[in-house]
Amino acid sequence: MATSGPLRSPQREPIPIDARAADHLRYIRETMESAAEFTAVPGWGGVAMGVTALLAAFAASRQVTPRAWLAVWLIEAFVAVAIAAPAAATKAHRANSALFSGPGRKFVLSFAPPIVVGGLLTFALYHVGVLAALPGVWLLLYGTAIVTGGAFSVRIVPVMGLCLMLLGGAALFTPAAWGDAFMAAGFGGVQIGFGWWIARHHGG
Amino acid sequence: MAKSSTAHQERVQRSRERGSSLEAIRNPAREAVPADLDRLIHEHIRLGIVSALAVNRSLTFNELKALLKTTDGNLSVHARKLEEANYIVCTKSFDGRLPKTEYRLVAAGRRALERYLNHMEALIRATREG
Repeated sequence: MATSGPLRSPQREPIPIDARAADHLRYIRETMESAAEFTAVPGWGGVAMGVTALLAAFAASRQVTPRAWLAVWLIEAFVAVAIAAPAAATKAHRANSALFSGPGRKFVLSFAPPIVVGGLLTFALYHVGVLAALPGVWLLLYGTAIVTGGAFSVRIVPVMGLCLMLLGGAALFTPAAWGDAFMAAGFGGVQIGFGWWIARHHGG
Repeated sequence: MAKSSTAHQERVQRSRERGSSLEAIRNPAREAVPADLDRLIHEHIRLGIVSALAVNRSLTFNELKALLKTTDGNLSVHARKLEEANYIVCTKSFDGRLPKTEYRLVAAGRRALERYLNHMEALIRATREG
């Protein structure tokens, strides 16, 4: 004889009610984080970084020793970080979003690995005396960081990364003397152009 | 002993009072949803639509579909329900030659989401305190 009742087990593991409600809240938060494009990429900060990169390219081109040349660009890297970090934090704060939650965290986590690789390669190439490759390597890896981080950002950000990568690729296969010009074009021109666009269209 | 029994009855009574509200959370598919829990946005996809629109000025049909990882039909049905409740508005236009459907959250929808969030937080508090 067939059973008329449901076949499921009468003893189901109960789910705590607060856990269920917390699941709903977590779902809402995660959906909001995924839906909100990370707009804390600083547009005006990018413009400022571009201007300092142009100055650095000019200063670097006048250095006579590789060590001094590298020092100029390393100082510029620190200056760029000093501009970008507070600019991003200020913009995120203005937009009422936490810099290191959701899309912001994804951006930082995707952005960081190529930058770390760039640091290691700089150290290695300096020690073997292949400084001529550095402009191409830096532009390629910074561009990669922007592309990967920009996957969670407004669409223009990965486009900027792609432009930097193209310049980096070109720098690897052109005379070493053009290195500073490529750096000026990438870290200067591209950042100023895209920074201005981001500032105008994505909240500063 | 009598004291213990009274305390037990009080706990049972409190539990019953919360019962209908908790039931909707335990099993959203069942009909026993209290009046104060907004059944309309309690459903998974609809809650996703409202949450996503709460942090964007507007989202297109395709953006919502990708975000919520759902199908055209499913999204369409749930968005229509939210539209009928005046929680969201839908605008149809053309992007070049391609039709574009955009959704926007309106004040009633935003208030509904806030009420829902408050409700969930209250449930968590009530359960943990009880």
